[in-house]
Amino acid sequence: MEKIRQLTSQTIVLPIDDVDTDQIVPARFLTTTEREGIGVSLFADWRFDKDGNELADFPLNAPEAQGRQILVAGRNFGCGSSREHAPWAIYDFGIRAVISSEIADIFRNNSLNNGLVPVVVDTATHRWLLENPGAEVTVDVEACEVRLPDGKVATFEIEPFARHCIMEGIDQMGFLLQNLDKIEAFEQNRSWNPSLNV
Amino acid sequence: MGGKSLFEKVWDEHVVVPETADTPAVFYIDLHIIHEVTTPQAFNMLRESGMQVRKPDQVLATMDHSTPTVPIENLEESLDAVSDPEPANQIRAMVKNCADFGIELHGFGSEHRGIVHVIGPEIGATQPGKTIVCGDSHSSTHGAFGAMGFGIGATMVGHVLATQCLLMRKPKSMAVNVTGKLKPGVGAKDIILALIGRIGVDGGTGHVIEYRGDTIRGLNMEERMTICNMTIEAGARAGMIAPDATTIEYLRGREKVPQGDAWDAAVERWMALASDPDASFDKEVTLDVAELEPQVTYGTNPAMVVPISRPVPNPGDNQSYRKSIDYMQVAADKPMLGTKVDVVFVGSCTNSRMTDLRNVAKILDGRKVADNVRMLIVPGSESVKKQAEQEGLDKIFTAAGAEWREAGCSMCLGMNSDKLGKGQLCVSTSNRNFEGRQGPGGRTVLASPETAAASAVAGVIADPREVI
Ligand code: SF4
Repeated sequence: MEKIRQLTSQTIVLPIDDVDTDQIVPARFLTTTEREGIGVSLFADWRFDKDGNELADFPLNAPEAQGRQILVAGRNFGCGSSREHAPWAIYDFGIRAVISSEIADIFRNNSLNNGLVPVVVDTATHRWLLENPGAEVTVDVEACEVRLPDGKVATFEIEPFARHCIMEGIDQMGFLLQNLDKIEAFEQNRSWNPSLNV
Repeated sequence: MGGKSLFEKVWDEHVVVPETADTPAVFYIDLHIIHEVTTPQAFNMLRESGMQVRKPDQVLATMDHSTPTVPIENLEESLDAVSDPEPANQIRAMVKNCADFGIELHGFGSEHRGIVHVIGPEIGATQPGKTIVCGDSHSSTHGAFGAMGFGIGATMVGHVLATQCLLMRKPKSMAVNVTGKLKPGVGAKDIILALIGRIGVDGGTGHVIEYRGDTIRGLNMEERMTICNMTIEAGARAGMIAPDATTIEYLRGREKVPQGDAWDAAVERWMALASDPDASFDKEVTLDVAELEPQVTYGTNPAMVVPISRPVPNPGDNQSYRKSIDYMQVAADKPMLGTKVDVVFVGSCTNSRMTDLRNVAKILDGRKVADNVRMLIVPGSESVKKQAEQEGLDKIFTAAGAEWREAGCSMCLGMNSDKLGKGQLCVSTSNRNFEGRQGPGGRTVLASPETAAASAVAGVIADPREVI
């Protein structure tokens, strides 16, 4: 996971509401046991025709979209299945932040665990971004701000610990492991046992 | 301070380290359910870091998503014959991972193999007050028991395997009150579809829903599971129902529940979980179902739903809606009734239990599936299969011309060999009508088991109230 403090890029705009994770990575690509190479499945049914040729009018296929790191999506991005393959594939494509007016809970958590910054902005900012594909935007993780080319600034919320992990490029596991003694004490003190071998 | 809600009681009981401004809570997970699709990367991570599974006896493992639904007697000999190489590889990886990390696997040959959310309750591993996670968003199903069940991604699967905990902020709470007596032919699936239609696919984002009210109290456990199952389709973290006598009777005598004195103590603890009368919620919604009709979806998310006799709404200039009904090839301003059907799928963690199969059998008994329709009926687990066969339901299904398959997720998602062909329309009892969910180019209409059965017989989308 790369450290991300601040990110400036032109945007790719996908102006569709309620994009579910079945679109981001269709189920037939979930038979892999690895995480590498999942990028080819990103939006497979929207990006390619049935013979595997790129569809010219899909925003991620535009020549100028290549190398851009910020995806602006319609409202409620990432709903549906909990498959982490979705943020893996988006990250693999080179995108490091997704901006919407709403992002589904599980997808948001999965993104934060993989160095992909989920950014929820107010509806006015969101509308402006949807209407201005290719705008050069800065996502400042440290300041929790999105800065638009006209100087306007929108703030966004990000869970402080997840933000810390993203900025340092570290996994949240370390914090859990530091608390192992407390977890053990919790288990010893509780009044019932959740073991399946009752 | 007011009283506590069911969710707050379960939450508070599982906080190992409270949240602070800088750090989320360390939150304890009682039961971790795993399957072959969302775990291999997590097991790889454990291996790379030299870590163990901390509590293998709190992990319930099965295989359901990529498994074929034709019989496999022997993994080594028959798997390759009925499966593509990649899913077969994933299934073998699951067997190895469970063996390497000391986890009991309910694999082929186990009478408890089945869909993750079907077998948890069935063996009594799902219990009131437990926190339950799975790398699958429909983990909300387990909330029907007053447990807190929610889906997680592969990284978090790794966190739970290694520490039995997750890092979490406390979600908000939402009460959904369901009142009124259901008409014949209208059931739990129609209630949850109508609710999602009302609040939208993001209506529950950030919240844990508690379903309350006289209608919910009157449902059996399997119907309650149907409702909690689809909670995630409203974007909510989890959906819960307070334990009551119905819950206790369902669990009594199941394999994994406490026995003897411990059972009495557990029942007492479970019954105290109900929300206090003065508990407050961040949001509240009431749904009166007395006049509810069977519901069918017309678009490509579960909130795009209409009462079966009502016309499909006109999308106007809403581009997302127009794209969706274009994909579905349905006409605006006309009802879905009478639309030609190619496939009918009865199954999935939403509707593959005995209540569902019996309701389907009532309609299929003495009737035939229309010539233009392929009907698949897929039990949620091996034990559901066995019981259905003991009751003779399989005979009714096959006599009607339906296919009776082995347990699994089957055509709920296009990743095993049961898939829709391009352009085919399927009336499905599953939970997602996303584009291509049941196979690339497939068109899914979500409905209740009764509506699915009535449509199979008619060959077109049909109203079950006319055949019951
Ligand atoms: S039946 Fe469908 S929704 Fe349920 S666990 Fe399987 S794939 Fe997921």
